[in-house]
Amino acid sequence: MPSSTPVIPPAIPPRRAFLRGAQGGAPFVLVIVPFGLLFGVVGTEAGLNLAQVMGFTVLVIAGAAQFTALQLMVDNAPTVIVLATALAVNLRMAMYSAALVPYLGAAPLWQRALAAYGLVDQSYAVSALEFERNTALSVPARFAFFMGSFLAVAPFWYAATLAGALVGTAIPDGFGLDFAIPITFLALVAPALRTLPHVMSALVSTVLALALAGLPYGTGLLVAAAAAMVTGAATEALLERRQ
Amino acid sequence: MTFSDAHVWAIIAALAAGTYLIRFSFLGLIGDRPLPGWLLRLLRYTPVAVMPGLVAPLILWPQATGGVPDPARLAAAIATLGVGLVTKNVLAAIGAGAGTLGVLLWLG
Repeated sequence: MPSSTPVIPPAIPPRRAFLRGAQGGAPFVLVIVPFGLLFGVVGTEAGLNLAQVMGFTVLVIAGAAQFTALQLMVDNAPTVIVLATALAVNLRMAMYSAALVPYLGAAPLWQRALAAYGLVDQSYAVSALEFERNTALSVPARFAFFMGSFLAVAPFWYAATLAGALVGTAIPDGFGLDFAIPITFLALVAPALRTLPHVMSALVSTVLALALAGLPYGTGLLVAAAAAMVTGAATEALLERRQ
Repeated sequence: MTFSDAHVWAIIAALAAGTYLIRFSFLGLIGDRPLPGWLLRLLRYTPVAVMPGLVAPLILWPQATGGVPDPARLAAAIATLGVGLVTKNVLAAIGAGAGTLGVLLWLG
């Protein structure tokens, strides 16, 4: 245990770790509820029935990818494009998955299988920070902490989507609801533009997607996204070499 | 949307399975092996590489106006981006965009 790290909390039992995880996840409820509501409303307006809206939210449980799939389905894009683009949005989770291996890799398979279901932006952010800081946590305590951070948020995500789907049909046309997805995505992207590589990546994505908008079946977006990923990574590598 | 019910369910199932596999990937299958740095680097940029390209055409050529650029929606997009950049707060940015669009649509 490194003694240089300031204030290492003592090793705690899994039950306490679970509660601490829940405490860490709780503030994200404020973020997740409006998103869930919005997906319920927009999904219902787009023509999904209640079971399908909930199917997305419970089984896929990835807001940005759900909105992406929904938008492409509204545009009647081919199934392959819907899947490829929505899954591309979720590729960041492979990074989360890799980042948790040093902390949860030694847990039993069933625990890792459960944790994989609960690996969302919020639980990852809270847990990765805690695991890095609190090196005294045992593997069972880490798992408990992770599940606490997830379970503090998940029920609200489900319930908010359900509420949105139930009121969705009651919202009149001409409300500008068609623009809910663009606004949501812009709001998600803006805070992420914190470094030059991120800005370059977003710029290439935007310019190429517009230039290639004429390509059939939304393939332009896939090309733009691939080029933007490479641009971001290359810019980062270049900046590192200069330093 | 012209997808049948069964088609929608097929998309949900495939997306659910694919997303789960992505989440399970390293944690479940690959285990504690070091990842190449270039791969981690690419993965870091996926959200910011996909989302702007997805929304750019929707902002410039909204379907609600038949693909003609619309001042109210453009203003809402600028407000969202501006507030998001300054505050780094997702909900504040959504509020700014939705508020701008609501007011401008109501006026127009």
